[in-house]
Amino acid sequence: MGRYVIRRLLQMVPVFIGSTFLIFFMVYALGDPVAAMFGDRAPDPATAAQIRADLYLDQPLWKQYLHYMGQIFQGNFGTAFNGQPVTELMAAAFPVTLRLTLVAILIEMIAGILLGVFSGLRRGRAVDTSVLVFTLVVVSVPTFVSGYVLQFLLGVKWGWVKPAVSIDAPLGELLLPGVVLALVSLAYVTRLTRTSIAENARADYVRTAIAKGLPRHRVITRHLLRNSLIPVVTFIGTDIGALMGGAIVTERIFNIHGVGFQLYQGILRQNSPTVVGFVTILVLVFLFANLIVDLLYAVLDPRIRYA
Amino acid sequence: MTTTPEPKLLDVRDLKVEFRTRDGIAKAVNGVTYQVAAGQTLAVLGESGSGKSVTAQAVMGILDTPPGFVTGGEIFFQGRDLLTLGREERRKVRGAKMAMIFQDALSSLNPVLSVGAQLGEMYQVHRGLSRKAARGKAVELMERVGIPAAAARVGDFPHQFSGGMRQRIMIAMALALEPELIIADEPTTALDVTVQAQVMDLLAQLQREFHMGLILITHDLGVVADVADTIAVMYAGRIVETAPVHQLYRAPAHPYTRGLLDSIPRLDQKGRTLYAIKGLPPNLTAIPPGCPFNPRCPLAQDVCRTDLPPLYEAGPGRASACHFWKETLGGAR
Amino acid sequence: MPDHVPDEAITHGDGGAAALAIGAAESLERTPGTGPGGAPTGRARSLWRDAWHDLRRNPVFVVSALIILFLVVIAIRPQLIADGNPYRADLAKAQAGPEPGHPFGFDTQGRDVYTRVVYGARASITVGVCATAGVALLGSLLGGLAGFFGGWWDTLLSRLADIFFGIPVILGGLVFLSVVTSSTVWPVIGFIVLLGWPQIARIARGAVFTAKQNDYVQAARALGAGNGRMLLRHIAPNAVAPVIVVATIALGTYISLEATLSYLGAGLKPPTVSWGIDISAASTSIRNAPHMLLWPAGALSVTVLAFIMLGDAVRDALDPKLR
Repeated sequence: MGRYVIRRLLQMVPVFIGSTFLIFFMVYALGDPVAAMFGDRAPDPATAAQIRADLYLDQPLWKQYLHYMGQIFQGNFGTAFNGQPVTELMAAAFPVTLRLTLVAILIEMIAGILLGVFSGLRRGRAVDTSVLVFTLVVVSVPTFVSGYVLQFLLGVKWGWVKPAVSIDAPLGELLLPGVVLALVSLAYVTRLTRTSIAENARADYVRTAIAKGLPRHRVITRHLLRNSLIPVVTFIGTDIGALMGGAIVTERIFNIHGVGFQLYQGILRQNSPTVVGFVTILVLVFLFANLIVDLLYAVLDPRIRYA
Repeated sequence: MTTTPEPKLLDVRDLKVEFRTRDGIAKAVNGVTYQVAAGQTLAVLGESGSGKSVTAQAVMGILDTPPGFVTGGEIFFQGRDLLTLGREERRKVRGAKMAMIFQDALSSLNPVLSVGAQLGEMYQVHRGLSRKAARGKAVELMERVGIPAAAARVGDFPHQFSGGMRQRIMIAMALALEPELIIADEPTTALDVTVQAQVMDLLAQLQREFHMGLILITHDLGVVADVADTIAVMYAGRIVETAPVHQLYRAPAHPYTRGLLDSIPRLDQKGRTLYAIKGLPPNLTAIPPGCPFNPRCPLAQDVCRTDLPPLYEAGPGRASACHFWKETLGGAR
Repeated sequence: MPDHVPDEAITHGDGGAAALAIGAAESLERTPGTGPGGAPTGRARSLWRDAWHDLRRNPVFVVSALIILFLVVIAIRPQLIADGNPYRADLAKAQAGPEPGHPFGFDTQGRDVYTRVVYGARASITVGVCATAGVALLGSLLGGLAGFFGGWWDTLLSRLADIFFGIPVILGGLVFLSVVTSSTVWPVIGFIVLLGWPQIARIARGAVFTAKQNDYVQAARALGAGNGRMLLRHIAPNAVAPVIVVATIALGTYISLEATLSYLGAGLKPPTVSWGIDISAASTSIRNAPHMLLWPAGALSVTVLAFIMLGDAVRDALDPKLR
């Protein structure tokens, strides 16, 4: 196990470098950060050259990348458009998005698994069909549409919740945004659970459990669920990274000042340190979430042994 | 032979099972009648699709419903008709009074639970034992079926055992609560030939020890000869012949049984072309009228294509569902 | 995926990591040795015939196919059902509700919402179809080769796929497309292909890998069949089904992705008529004029739904295990 973890960590290095370099390349090579600094005014050529030299922008791209990464590992993520260090933005933004993601994961886990088990056990019946239709509709409506519609209905028209989230983003106000963020994943979790349950319900070992004279609830919880939830758990694990990166739309709709909001600002203002810095952290979160999922897999399924 | 009619342990009467699928209704079991007494072994023989496993599943009460439905008949077990019992009463019979051994132990054991947990579960659920006490019982069971270092291996998972050891664990699980009846569905088919005999011996030995009734479902005539008392041959969801084991081998009373026996390779007939029953088993959604075996039968006459033969009594303790059982029996010499 | 992880892990891991259309991947890949597996070419052919037989009688398939057919026709010739001009603005009618001849009302600039909704189909369908075609071609080519040849090529491809998976889709889109000034659909399509291919590549790799293990393929190899013949005659027919299913569902999600990017201001740009742009513009006025948002949003959702339903129906037809 220990050797496997080390091997996986080593394998993560090229992926980390590849992903961050790709983003770095897009941001630095395609845009012009210096021009962006000055907005519409054309900068004085000498000043521009000086800034380029200060920011290592006159070096070849790979050198810039190395320099940037070197700085990052010393904890220097550069300066945001408003002069604040990027690390300060991160300290403010990540807890908010983390909370939002947590709410979303909880919602998708509880609702998704319940719906999936419910419909998987009643395959082909009315309950199953309506759950399937629900998941199809949810997957089909893009987040920004469902977000606005729910915000309008629940927040504005019926006034059940506050339509926008305040700066410190308390958990209670994140409930509706959490639902919006979770919706699509929730549908996937439901369908995954349903398929998994329906497939395993026909497995030989479930038949054995019934033949042993176990009560129905024990057959379902101890034998059927235990096996069926393995792929679901791994999906939810990998989804953590995806949700944090995908929160950009939800955060924009509900005006939440989290990672997505800062990134969006960074992109709009072409502030490279903000964009690359935040994305680097997100990539790391994604990679570690995947590693944990793989390790979790071995715990859940004893047939898998990592050497 | 004793004259007092011993009350049968299991008495299946005219059982009918059908599967309602999208492609139509498959009549898997069409009026099966058989009995098993305590301490006796009934071998049920037949090709796949003959209804031998489905009958057993109906007896156990583990039929997949839907699509499978019991549409007629009675299953008397220790004098009670199981089909009239409620779901909860039926469940209490399963595992405790009658148990089943499946063909493929690897897929029939839960891959993510230790064998100790799966064995102990029987005692926890049916006897209310604590988890710890149940684990102790599990170790005893494993020792009894001859698993070496049982105490050390009780926490292992099914995939960590060899095929033969896994099947022993299946047997242990079935024996856990010392049931009156065991149904073994092709218990040795998935095993290596050398292991087959060991597992079969273990099963037979334990059966004698506990004086259990045993239904042995198989398509392998070789397995049957040594352990069975009675044989029931099934075809297209019906019993076509029942007989004490040695009589059936000596002189079959049904052309299908005869075909099965003739298709066993024999050392004394080396060099001769092996006999094979021509044609395929019937489609269960469209069983031919008359005798279901008639399209494949070398003796078929017009009456076989129109009239379904009843089970004729063909001597003491034996019966045949063939219009020409006498001719078949006679031709065996 | 690390190459030493057992097959089960790869199967489930793929399901988990496929960010866009995980629902499709969940059951298509068969672990070698457990599935019905050994389907020779003849059976692959009858698989398609059976599937078609099932599909024709499946109302989900018929309805979604009809919707898609309608959308494609509208995308090619919007004039068939909308004779107006999607750009003609009448500021006097700004945000006005429905009136005769204008069933969906007007937007903020006084343009007819109905005409714009009809014309918006073109961008969505073009992006969806072209991006899917690109992703499917590139993905199945790279993934198929990786699955067939294995070795260092497989390892390289897996790492490369990991790199692209590591980038959050919407973020990557924002960064990549924010520097593009072209108002055509091509940058969006290019971006989706760039980030979408690993998903199909994994499916294709798994399918080819499984097909390669089948006894009849081994037999063909033993009989001296060359690589090219093996791939084309024996392996490709079995690997195509899962790719088609995932690609169909992905098509829906790509349309959704394009709208999301356009909503964020990084996808399509005016003067292209796009549902995403119109929804974005309408979002600020949702209190006063919800019709401006609801009509394009409805059209977008129905389109995405139609493709996902189609993919679902095809999957059910091609995967007899799930019946």
